[in-house]
Order: sequence, then structure tokens, then C-alpha cells
Amino acid sequence: MTEKFEPVIVGFTCNWCSYRAADAAGTARMKYAPNVRLIRLMCSGRLDPSFVIKAFATGADGVMISGCHPGDCHYISQNYKALRRYLLLRRTLAGFGIEPGRVKLVWASAAEGLKLTEEINAFVEEVRALGPLNWPKWDGAAEVFESELAPHIATEVPA
Amino acid sequence: MSDEKKTPKEKIGVYVCHCGTNISAVVDVEGVRDWVQKNMAGDGVVIARDYKFMCSSLGQELIEKDIKELGLTRVVVAACSPHLHEKTFRTAAENAGLNPYLTELVSIREQISWVHTDKAVATAKAKSLVAGTVKRVVNNEALEKLKVPINANTLVVGGGIAGIQAALEIANGGFHVYLVEREPSLGGHMAQFDKTFPTLDCSACILTPRMVEAGTHPNITVLTWSEVTNVSGYIGNFSVTIKKKSRCVNEELCTGCGICIEKCPKKVIDDTFEAGLGYRKVIYTPFAQAVPNFPVLDQPNCTYFEKGTCKACEKFCPTNAIDFTQQDQILNVEVGNIILATGYDLFDASRMTNYGYGRLANVYSSLEFERMSNSSGPTNGHIVLRDGKTKPETVGIIHCVGSRDKNFNNHCSAICCMQSLKFAHLVKEHTGATVYEFYIDMRTPAKSYDEFYQRIIDEGTVFVRGKVAEISDIPRIPDEEGKLIIQVEDTLVGKQRRIPVDMVILSNGLEPRADAKQVGKLFGISCSSDGWYIERHPKLDPVTTMTEGILIAGCASGPKDIPASVSQGAAAAARVMDKILQKEVELEPVRATIDEDKCSGCRICNNMCPFSAILYIEDKGVTRVNPALCQGCGTCIAACPAGAISGTGFSDEQILAQIDGILMAV
Amino acid sequence: MTAKPKFAMYWAASCGGCEIAVLNTNEKILDVDANFEVVFWPVAMDAKYEDVRAMEDGSILLTLFNGGMRNNENEEMAHLLRRKSKILVAFGSCATEGCIPGLANLSPLSEMVDTAFTTISTDNPDNIRPQTTFEVPEGTLTIPILNPVLKTLAQVVDVDYYMPGCPPESTQIAAVIDLVIQVVQGKAQLPPKGSVIGAGNSTVCDECPRARNVKVISAFRRIQDVAPLDPNLCILEQGVPCNGPATRSGCNSRCPRVGAQCIGCYGPAEGVLDYGARLVTAFASVVDSDEPKEIERILEGIPDPTGQFYRFNLADSMLRAGKSAWQKKG
Repeated sequence: MTEKFEPVIVGFTCNWCSYRAADAAGTARMKYAPNVRLIRLMCSGRLDPSFVIKAFATGADGVMISGCHPGDCHYISQNYKALRRYLLLRRTLAGFGIEPGRVKLVWASAAEGLKLTEEINAFVEEVRALGPLNWPKWDGAAEVFESELAPHIATEVPA
Repeated sequence: MSDEKKTPKEKIGVYVCHCGTNISAVVDVEGVRDWVQKNMAGDGVVIARDYKFMCSSLGQELIEKDIKELGLTRVVVAACSPHLHEKTFRTAAENAGLNPYLTELVSIREQISWVHTDKAVATAKAKSLVAGTVKRVVNNEALEKLKVPINANTLVVGGGIAGIQAALEIANGGFHVYLVEREPSLGGHMAQFDKTFPTLDCSACILTPRMVEAGTHPNITVLTWSEVTNVSGYIGNFSVTIKKKSRCVNEELCTGCGICIEKCPKKVIDDTFEAGLGYRKVIYTPFAQAVPNFPVLDQPNCTYFEKGTCKACEKFCPTNAIDFTQQDQILNVEVGNIILATGYDLFDASRMTNYGYGRLANVYSSLEFERMSNSSGPTNGHIVLRDGKTKPETVGIIHCVGSRDKNFNNHCSAICCMQSLKFAHLVKEHTGATVYEFYIDMRTPAKSYDEFYQRIIDEGTVFVRGKVAEISDIPRIPDEEGKLIIQVEDTLVGKQRRIPVDMVILSNGLEPRADAKQVGKLFGISCSSDGWYIERHPKLDPVTTMTEGILIAGCASGPKDIPASVSQGAAAAARVMDKILQKEVELEPVRATIDEDKCSGCRICNNMCPFSAILYIEDKGVTRVNPALCQGCGTCIAACPAGAISGTGFSDEQILAQIDGILMAV
Repeated sequence: MTAKPKFAMYWAASCGGCEIAVLNTNEKILDVDANFEVVFWPVAMDAKYEDVRAMEDGSILLTLFNGGMRNNENEEMAHLLRRKSKILVAFGSCATEGCIPGLANLSPLSEMVDTAFTTISTDNPDNIRPQTTFEVPEGTLTIPILNPVLKTLAQVVDVDYYMPGCPPESTQIAAVIDLVIQVVQGKAQLPPKGSVIGAGNSTVCDECPRARNVKVISAFRRIQDVAPLDPNLCILEQGVPCNGPATRSGCNSRCPRVGAQCIGCYGPAEGVLDYGARLVTAFASVVDSDEPKEIERILEGIPDPTGQFYRFNLADSMLRAGKSAWQKKG
């Protein structure tokens, strides 16, 4: 393997704080790792665990969730729901063999462009160290399963 | 699992902006355009264009022309942040006859060209983000803003200066106001002050005309000795229940002559208006200029209610206005907007045991001093020690008591520096004493404030920069006998000092009201972690809250001086009248709906909503969302285990499609 | 006399409970016999795969296909019966969502086989493992090859209708039989292709008689630690993880009515993409804490969330299997 593994990370940001933090980082021309592709939600409380699972099932190596600091949520207390869901989701994903380090929840206020870039850079390295996830794309081309029990697959079942 | 080739159901136009060279210097804009045209035709892209400045009128015209000529049903613009130009492109689409919510703007500038340097990587990322937005927009729905009618009445909670200002502005505008105040009179804390900085105006002199104007205004219903007990509804349509507590005085008959107060034989310590410094009778008005001037009977302390005897007030009342059987009255009013101007509480300095407040007789709180200095206060305006007669010869004034202190309140209380300077002046004026001011910083920013500071310096006040460590009455040397010793590090000199004084005045910090959180809940608004009500935007929207129809003004949202409170009261009034004059209010259509057939009534979503938009309908066994209250955060949508809640603007279909697109191979 | 329409029922990787549920329709089974010609039903009659292959394509009107796709024989039969049937119904949780056999998707195949061949109740002195082909003087013997990942019926063939449940309630089966008979007699219409039949439109809570309040969970406990369970109050509110809120209705809330928490055998509600995700979000959202350490402490009350949330649905979830099941070794 000569090429460095570049993780693909889906990031969910909330409209009021963390998305504005990303905008602030942009306006200040701060440079950071390009591996995170952001999706804007109105609130981190909108974060449905299905979104995270879908991201992994579709090819992401990591998922970052960001929202307003506890106590500062634009919608008062919805980031706490995001926190609870994130903690239970991580445990559930671990049962599937998806390392807890592949999902990360960070808080960033609209003024914390620098903090967000630092979190992104750190997370990219953490996921890089875990390696690619490469979850199989179940829908699509036929998968050939190599059974460990026989080198060839029988095609006809005898009467 | 059928593999049919579906004809795309939408016609999508994609516009990639150069933004001068802001985007095109890093992202291969034409490359993205070509890639989209080629690879996303299957999703419905019929045209992909690039242009130097999409936000310009020519750029917008490109979109409008394509909508009309190509029959576009969806538009994606890849340019700057939606926070800047989403409205611009949505309006452009609307001008061409396409519902504005069928247009999306994705940032490839703040998110890509301004933050990444590798052009190939940046271009690939741009393709991903555009692909995500194209797949998302297929699932957008045409939405209409929700229109709700507005009731022209307003409720103002809190009869201090901010509340009075708000009420007067709205009333003068021709609309009716209910002004509710929990104390017996309007006036709030400002009525307790002696002089106001920096002009040294007599507080009551500038306040009472306003109080009288509010009390007699034909458009204001003043309800003192009253509290709001219930609020339901939403912007334009609030139903409010107000409890008018029993005064035991019939307001129709009372002339405010004051004989009942004179004849009442029992005195109690006045904890509220006199800040504990003086007494009042059991039947009382808090101060002479009270509005309204009807007294209140303090029932828990009244001899008649306790033992069944006395009744002096009733005996002597010339108009028979005393009514011991008077009950609390419950009023129900309908209003369109509510302004909370509930003010602040003073930090209880007895929590700082090292300052000895409450233990050492001659340590005074700021409000106690205001009452002492006030000529109609318990000492008739004489600055004297607790013995009631001795004039102090040295006085120490301490800033930041309970403020800027991680142990108590982190915040700066904004008014204490000016207040302390004012105290210094008043002490000097009344007693000629030597005054020491103990400060951390001097905060005198507004008009004429710093000039006032300079004046106080010129008056000979001694300034010591240091946070006072302790106030003690234990002398170490004979000169300290009988004095209060202020132990402080004088940071400018670099030495510890022990300064003996006769009197200490504390500048207590301002705190949120003790029941701010409960009151907030009643109205559906929230407090920040330090307890003040949260404004919609700290810079650009200081008087509205996240809940439509509930506004805040004055110290309820944070410490501030009188001019700022007045400004906020007026600002809140303007916002309210703004809404009233529109007759209808438009709400953004990003909100949740519950499919009642799918809803099983599990009630998991019931405590997901801080805006009380989620209601359980007991007799139907399902939950419903009130679209006027719903703020569109989507938390309930994400919580529903049955998938019975859907949301416009950020639906599951939109986001899942966006994830697909964003992870497409580029 | 027009020939009676043909009926078939087959079991792939399953426990046999679905067949029993069909028989539990009691006299209704006589209606099946009266209205259909049963051409292939291994549990109830003798027939060979040869017979099925010999039938004309599309000649079986209704096939109830029960069981998951564990090996290539299952998949073969799925393809075969799809060809031969007009209406193919994925019958029961194994066929619709993988059910309990699908839980094997959390382990690598070798581990599964090792476990089966080395359990305390297995006599395996030479520690052998099965071979899919074996030469004997008469020729080559073969047994079906296991897929590393169990699949649902719809992941292998085109399915017309889905009947959820482990097993589907006999009353629901009877209702479906009645419907098909009505359709055959021209008295009713089939629902749109792809529909879930024999189930309700909501979730188990809709049919549950227990009282429900705003949910605030400060602890998750095992049902035996809560005993006695308040029979009138929502089970989840008593701290026992009940999957009812996310599970399709249709069973008349059978388990909560008798004091057991719903374990989710009727699968997801209509339109839900990932069943387990709905439980993750529902349970987590109502945990009574905002503080990470305390939340984690409360979540310790569900020591196996993957099992708790995906017990029946794993093979049909978005992820379908654990990494160890599909990850190639070496």
C-alpha cells in the first residue's frame, strides 16, 4: 500500500451553531483536512441514528455529528437528545463491529470556527488510524461468497 | 429489487458559481458543471451551467430563464453559504413561478474553495456536495408559509421601567395592553433607588410620571398584586390566566387616603421595598407614590387573620373599603404577544461569609444603601450607621460582590461600577466621609459615564484596585478597634492592606429572578446556563426569543442600565406593533406533522419539544403537533419509533438522498 | 369443473413455528383444502423438488415461503418457487427480515460451524467439520453450502407480499386465507404489490391496553428485577425495554397483555428503513439525563443493544451483518 488512506467522513452540522462555525472557518480562510463532507440539519436533535447507519452502509469511514454547546442550543435543549442518541448508537454499532471511534460528537458554537477545524483534523486522523470500513454495498452487483468450507459452489441441488 | 430504468420525475437545473475567482481559483467549476451534466442526468439534471457571479441580477436571470424555458421543477445552486444567499435564489425562482422551497443552495466556497488547497481534492469534494444536493432536491416539496391571525392585545409582565416603557409605547400606538405586576405597585427596582447615574437625577422624580401615565392610560389595564398562572396558545393567539391576589381592599371604594395605614398597630420588617432596612405596617402601600395607590393587606402577618381581633383598618376607613372576605380573582385574557420584563434579583451577599453581610452590622447591600440615601427612606436620607445616629467617617465601597466570580456568578453585572461611583458621591455629599472604592476594573462605557468617573476621582475618592478578601471586626492594632477592617491586596502597589472603615457598602451583583426558570417554562422560553432569558440573537435580535410571540426586555435578559432597559422596552413594543399592524404573521414552513393513523400514542415524542408544540390527545390516543408553535428543529421526527412523524424542509427522504449523493463515487 | 388454484408452502432456514401457526388456524385449514390444491408443502405432504421443477412457470397461485436464505439450497428453492408461483409471500419473520437465524450474521461462518460441532451435546471425537462434497464409491455426495451472511427472501428474489411475525398470528393468517379465497372468487382485490399483509397500520402500542404517560427513563432493568410488573402501566415506563413502540401492530399486543415486554417479532412499522435505529432513537431520547456519565450509566442497563434492537431484524437492517461475518480474513 503506497497511497495514504484518505478516510471519507460524513459530517452532520446544525444550522445555527456548527454550520455557522464551518462558515466562520471558511470566511477566515482557515485550512483543514478535506475529508469531511457536511450535511446541514436545522438542529443536532434532527440527527436520526438511521442517518449515521446509512452513511456507514453507503461507504463512509467515519461520521461526525456537531451541534451547539450544551445549554446553548438554539432550540433550547435538543442537543441533549442528540447526545443521548449518539451514546446509545455507538454501543449498538460496536455490536456490528463498527468501532466506536468512527462516530464522534463535537460541540461548536457559531464563533468557534477554529475549534471546529481542529476537531475535524483530529477526527480525520483518528479514522485514518482505524482504516477503511468498506461496508459491502449489498444492493448492486452480485457478491461472490467464498465459502470457507468448499472451494467451489454447487449450482444444482439434487432431487 | 426490480431494476427498471425510471424516467426521472423532476427537471433539475444546476448552477455552479465562480464567485469571481473565490471558488474558481481552487475548484474546477467547469469540470464540476460537466461532471454533473453527464453523471446526474439519471437523477433529473437537464441543464448544468457555470457563471461568474450567480448572485448578480444576470446570474439570477439565468435561473429564471431556464425555469421558464426548460420547465425546470428543481434548482440547485453551488456557490456560497445558504446563510448569505438562500433567500436570493429562492426569490429568483419564485419570480419565475417556481415555489421557492424547490431551490437549494450548497456552499462550495466556505466549505471547499476557501478552506482546502489541493485543487483535485477540492473539485472532487465539490462534485460530492453538489451530487448530494441534487439527490436531496428531488425530494423537496413545494411549501407555503403558514399564516396566522394576530390578536391586537398585548400582555406585559413586569411593571418596572422596561415594562412601563413597553406598555406606554404600545398604548400610545392605539393598542390595548395588560400590564401585570406581582408587587402592589408599579416601579420595580428603579423605584427603590435614590439617584440615578450619571446625571444624579432623583429616580422617583423621573420614574413616577411614567408610572402615573401608565396607571391612567385608557389603553392600559394595570393589574398589580397579580401573577400569570397559565399561558396556552401561540403567536397571535395566547390565552392567559391571571391571578389578581386579594388586597382585602375594595378598589371601587378606596380613595387612597392612607388612614388605614396610619391606624394599623402592627409593624413588620419591609423585606421587599425597604430591602430589610426599615419597617412597614401590615396594611401598606410600598411607597408614597405607589401606582395604583390602593393598599395591600399582608394577610399572613395580619392580627385579624391570625387571631380574629384588631380590625383597626376597617374601623377607621371612611369609605368602608376594607373587605376581609375578598378572594383572589381569576381573569382570563386573550392576547397576541407577550413581553416579559420581569427584572432581576439582587445577589444575596450573605453567601459570601468572608464579607460578613448579615453578621456584621455595618455592612450594607446596594439596595439597603439606596433606601438609606433616599430622603423618603427609613433614615430620612441620613447616611448613618446601624445605630441610627452615628455618621460614618470612613466608608468602603466594594465592587463585583457575587459578580465576575466563578464561585457565584461568572458574569459582570454591568451597573455596579457606575453605581459604586454614585454611592461614593452620595456618601461624600451627605457625610463628608473618606470613601474608598475597591474595584477589579472600572467599567464606565456609556455616554457621560467616564466623565462621571473622573468627577468622582476629582471629589477625592480613594481607589484601590484589588478584590477584597475579607471584612472583619477583629482588630489587630488599637487603631482598628471598633472598625470594620477591609483586607485587600492593592495590586497596583503590590501590597496587602488592612483598611479600617466605619461602614461598608457592597455592590451586589444582579442575578436572574429566583423563579426565572419556572416563569420561563410558563411562557415557553428558556434560560441560558447562567439563568437569564435567551434572546433570539445576541447581536441582531436582542428582544425576541425563539418562541414566536414572546419577547423579553430589560434585565430579564441580562444585567443592564436604565437607558438600555428603556431602549429594550421600546424595541419590544415596536416589534409587537410591527406584528399587530401586519394583522397576520407568516411562519416558515419547516415543521413537523404527525400521521395520526400511524401514531400509536406511545408518547415517546411527548417530552421532546421545548416549545410545547407537541400535544397528546387523550381521547384519541394519538399525539399532535401544533404547526404554529413548531419551530422545525426536527427532534421529534428523529425520535418517533413508528416513523409516524415527518418534517418539511428536512425530511428523511431529503437527507437520506443527500447521504447517497454525497458518497457517490466521483 | 375448473381446477382448484394451486397452493404451496415451503420452509427454508426456520424453526417450523410458522407451519404450526398455519395449522393453528384450526378449522380454517379445511378452507385451504377446500379451495386450493396443495401441491407442495414438505411438512404436510410428500413431494420432491423434481415435482416442483416439472410444474409450469406461474402455475402455483399462492406460495407461502417461510424461512431465511442460509445456504444455496434455500436460495435455489427461492428462485424455483418464484418462477413457479404467481403470488410469492415472504411468510414470517425469517423470510421477511431474517429473524433469529439472522443473528448469526454477527459472527463469522467458521465460528458458527465450530460452535455447532463442538458443543457439549455434540459427540465429535475426531473434531471433524462438515465437507460440502464427499466422494463415495457410488459417486459424489453433496450437502448445501452455507452463505457467510443469511439473507431475507426479498434480498434474493422478487417478493409480492410480506407477512411479518414470529410466527404470524393465526388469526391474521386466517384473515389472509379468507382474503385470498375472496380474491380467487372475484369478490375482493389484492392489495398493491409489495404490501405488508396480516398486520396493522401502526405499532404495538396502538393495540396495547396499558396506560401511557410522558416517558422519562432513569433506569433500564430486566423484567425479573422489576417483578411484579404493574399490569396496568406501560412496560417501558417501568424500565423494562419493550420494543412495542417500534414494532408493527397486528398481534394485538399479545405479549404486553400477559406481562411480557414486546421483543419485536412483527418487524418495523410501515415505511421504516432500519428497525433497530428507531429503537435506538426512541429509548435514548427519553433517558432522563443530560450528563454523559449518567447517561452511560443508565444505558448500561441494556448490556446488548445490538441484540435488543435487532433481535429479529438484523438481516434486513441497513448494515445486514456484523463486520466479522463478511470481512475476508488474511
